[in-house]
Amino acid sequence: MRGKPVIEAQKINKYFYSPEKTRVLKDVTFQVTRGEFVSIMGKSGCGKSTLLYILSTMDTDYEGSLLIDEEEVSGKKANRLSEIRNEKIGFVFQFHYLLNEFSVLENVMIPGLKLGKKSKEELEHVAMEKLRIFDMQDHALKKANQLSGGQKQRVAIARSLMNDPLIIMGDEPTGNLDKKNSDIVFNIFKELAQEFHQTMLIVTHDPEFAAGTDRIIEMEDGRVLNS
Amino acid sequence: MKTSLILNMARALMLARFKQTVVAGVGVVFSITMFVTLLSFMNGLNQLLDGLILNRTPHIRFYNEIKASTSQPIEASEAFSDHYHIIRSIKPAASRTSIYNNEAIIRTFKDDLRVKGVARKIAAQVFFNVGALDVSGVINGIDVEEESRLFAFEDYVIAGDFLDLKYTANSIILGKGAADRMLAEIGDVVQVTTAQGNRIQLKVVGYYQSGLGELDNVQSYASIGTVQKMLSETPSYVTDIQVKLHDFDLAPEMAREYKEIFGIDADDIQTVNAQFEAGTGIRSMISYAVGITLLIVSGFGIYNILNMMIYEKMDTIAILKAIGFSGRDVNMIFITIALAIGFFGGIIGLFFGFLAGLGIEQVPFELEALPTIKTLPVDFNPKYYIIAGVFSLVTTYFAGYFPARKASSIDPVDIIRGK
Ligand SMILES: Nc1ncnc2c1ncn2[C@@H]1O[C@H](COP(=O)(O)OP(=O)(O)O)[C@@H](O)[C@H]1O
Ligand SMILES: [Mg+2]
Repeated sequence: MRGKPVIEAQKINKYFYSPEKTRVLKDVTFQVTRGEFVSIMGKSGCGKSTLLYILSTMDTDYEGSLLIDEEEVSGKKANRLSEIRNEKIGFVFQFHYLLNEFSVLENVMIPGLKLGKKSKEELEHVAMEKLRIFDMQDHALKKANQLSGGQKQRVAIARSLMNDPLIIMGDEPTGNLDKKNSDIVFNIFKELAQEFHQTMLIVTHDPEFAAGTDRIIEMEDGRVLNS
Repeated sequence: MKTSLILNMARALMLARFKQTVVAGVGVVFSITMFVTLLSFMNGLNQLLDGLILNRTPHIRFYNEIKASTSQPIEASEAFSDHYHIIRSIKPAASRTSIYNNEAIIRTFKDDLRVKGVARKIAAQVFFNVGALDVSGVINGIDVEEESRLFAFEDYVIAGDFLDLKYTANSIILGKGAADRMLAEIGDVVQVTTAQGNRIQLKVVGYYQSGLGELDNVQSYASIGTVQKMLSETPSYVTDIQVKLHDFDLAPEMAREYKEIFGIDADDIQTVNAQFEAGTGIRSMISYAVGITLLIVSGFGIYNILNMMIYEKMDTIAILKAIGFSGRDVNMIFITIALAIGFFGGIIGLFFGFLAGLGIEQVPFELEALPTIKTLPVDFNPKYYIIAGVFSLVTTYFAGYFPARKASSIDPVDIIRGK
């Protein structure tokens, strides 16, 4: 299993045109292989989020080539990209982004419902399992907005795991949390790496967090310094 | 699985914005209610007014018109065949107004499967001699039972028994206006002078009121036999043959057909009442226009509320897209919301519209001119309900179309970055 590439970025360039044409990603080339726990570090504004949006297939306006699970995704139709996001990628944002209209359990289930490969009962069971990993099973029936920030982020991570994705991407998932909660979330990621060999690519500001990962990708001014 | 997820999402969003959703729904309910009520009532009225004329008008009337001959003797002369014929001051010949060989004609009609019934009629110009005064009028000699069966004669006899015309010799049912003018009570005897100068005494057995005042001042009814006797004519004397068809749309065509065959004049109901039809058409057009306007206004309500919902739920839409919902999924969620509002609003609206119809039907509405009508007329034709239902779905679909398209094209990166 280990060694197969999950993500291969080749010479990715990204331009923004407003206010003027600026190149925010410059020939970004790197790989993430299966089972790796990789962190991305760099100064604010160096292009980390921009890169992550491209890697997660949400942003399609770039030059270069991107392979996910050895499938070329650049130039693919929007519907196919949605499928790839749903099935292969779990995304954790800096802000939790739960759906307040739904219960915690339903929030976790939604990616599974969208994938539509299992029955509702099975999905409920899976979702409860995911919540249990984060010790959130007792909150399953609460509405999402009845949770604290740290709890929300744990639910968001549980949701990203729902379809057992190939890779989890996180954009400063602890950036908006206090020390205690960010430690909890950090430990969750570590556990996912060690126990479940979950492939992860996490943008972080926190050197301590980065130090605990398999590999650190350093970015500066739109370039990857080491890969 | 997929549709149930989309339904679930739509439901959750509607519940999250419950008040606005209800307001949009109420808009649809109101417009559908109004639409159905308006059309049922308007068409009820239309049918009433149509009935006022059309029910008792023959679909085709055959008669001999008094007119000049279409061929003049000089045309038969070979000596002048290559000349222009200029003839001045042509007058109609004293042709007979009676329909020649009418028994055979009537038999032909009765054998025609398109014909529902045939009734003979004689219209006779008379003077009623009231004291020193002569009041002019028309006495229609009718086949009493057929006239009643085909042209609802009975409904318009407001006093007395219409069958007395048949069973009482020398009887007459006077137009209400004429009776009032002559101060003639039921049981009285009136004296009538025909255009030929014959005098006859007729016993008043009832009043007739059509609802059209001009008619009621002039028209009276007697049995066909009485009128033939009055005019000193034989029992084969008939001036009009009135035909009622099963499908009245066939009237113009059949009028033309039989006009050719029998060489008599024929008027069909469409031609005679063209302006009436136009009135009916315009009235329903106005009610459709008002109803559809209401629906479009409620469509704008839905459009606004969906736009607002999309604006407020940008984050939700972005996150759904990040999770793997496609633009089409998001589009379908919002179309579903619009259609759900249209569907449930429509159903409730149809129900209220039906109730409103029942309510209107209870309102007393009595006019001297309309003896058979006791309450306001309502037409419960399912057609209006179907049209309203379809329209509520169509307008809500279009109201949802643009907001849904907007929602489906939301770029999640823009939203997530914006935080
Ligand atoms: N929509 C945009 N239009 C123009 N410039 C942008 C836009 N989004 C980001 N940028 C610029 O791109 C650069 C990289 O941004 P970002 O990827 O968010 O950095 P990071 O996440 O590393 O802090 C920044 O200089 C930022 O100002
Ligand atoms: Mg960033």
